[in-house]
Amino acid sequence: MKHLIDPMDLSVKEIDDILKLSEDIIANRETYSSICRGKKLATLFFEPSTRTRLSFEAAMLELGGSVIGFSSADSSSAAKGESVADTARTIEKYADIIAMRHPKEGSSKVASLHVNIPVINAGDGGHNHPTQTLTDLLTIYEIKHRLHSLTVGFCGDLKFGRTVHSLIKALSRYDNIKIILISPDELKIPSYIREEVLQKNNIPFVETTDLENSIADLDVLYMTRVQRERFFNEADYIRLKDSYILNLQKLNHAKEDLSILHPLPRVNEISTEVDHDPRAKYFEQVEYGKFVRMALMLKLLNLK
Amino acid sequence: MLKVDSIENGIVLDHIKAGKAMEIYHQLNLDHVSSSVAIIKNVKSQVMGLKDIIKINDVFDLNLDLLGYIDTNITVNIIKDNKILEKKKLDLPNEIHSIIKCKNPRCITSIEQELEHIFTLADKEKGIYRCYYCEEKAAK
Repeated sequence: MKHLIDPMDLSVKEIDDILKLSEDIIANRETYSSICRGKKLATLFFEPSTRTRLSFEAAMLELGGSVIGFSSADSSSAAKGESVADTARTIEKYADIIAMRHPKEGSSKVASLHVNIPVINAGDGGHNHPTQTLTDLLTIYEIKHRLHSLTVGFCGDLKFGRTVHSLIKALSRYDNIKIILISPDELKIPSYIREEVLQKNNIPFVETTDLENSIADLDVLYMTRVQRERFFNEADYIRLKDSYILNLQKLNHAKEDLSILHPLPRVNEISTEVDHDPRAKYFEQVEYGKFVRMALMLKLLNLK
Repeated sequence: MLKVDSIENGIVLDHIKAGKAMEIYHQLNLDHVSSSVAIIKNVKSQVMGLKDIIKINDVFDLNLDLLGYIDTNITVNIIKDNKILEKKKLDLPNEIHSIIKCKNPRCITSIEQELEHIFTLADKEKGIYRCYYCEEKAAK
């Protein structure tokens, strides 16, 4: 593993190794506190993402390394028209590892083709966001102690939600997984996920528009935000954004050990009253995201 | 039936789907070939009903990846001294470079003009190609 561009670049064994290392980091944080001394992470964020960028930065700082970078295209040479390849080649001279977010799909792939240091895709448009997938997998693994034999529901924007597509792809490699896809018709899962991932791997799945009647079967409920920036038309966004709001009343039908995940930020798709329910795991998920990024960087830097 | 002289040394592209010959002529840049090129349209075929044929009175390296991408049923006959020296069977190429462009407006290739457009074979059975960068399905 030289770079991480697509979550499917990782074998099940490599994912397993990263999850195990994350667990070890969680259990022995002091042991890892200076393992990256002298190493620099460059966070190249061509579009804003406070959460992912800070998670990467916190991860590197907790490993004893340091961080350089920019947090919007306006403050980078991209504003002057520099290509992704040239930016990456320049940063390679300053840093040991790159985490990159860019609004265009395939941009991290381009960067990885031009440098010899590891490139981590921290989100390329609506395409891939592999460290979110690792975060989701670690969260499920830590709470359920398995990644097989699970019924996982995905709710909200399943059309544009890249985290949903990536997690479905990743889960499709484990045994006895069932998927429930809950969305309005306008935001249903793309046909390639249905055909090339679910049907191809014989994963049982159900598509429904009804959250309330589906929730009882679920071990994991993955909620997503209906994102304004994915819509070309404001009227469509306003019509659909409130379609699927999770509240305590809907949770009455759910299992006691349901785990509710969300890649965050949330707008209003999970009512704040749910935050205090023990089944709400989305803020724990944030912390797992930092640990899994620590593990990933250690692997890519060949320090573990 | 229309008579077109047989070629002594050259290439015959046979079993082209009827009506596709002109498109292939342009895609292979045969308008830049100095030797004679014959496009024969709507030839009766037992197997295909009607087919097109292209005869090129010259031997050179054809872009077989491009031809394979267009239609694997096309047969490429290399003619030497009036005889068929070789019959090439086409296959779907694993990668195609600079033949088709990614049409995804969100793809990095849409803003970085110097990037080579590359597509990889994602599903051989269905002949589906996807952009190497953004994985958008190629529109045939």
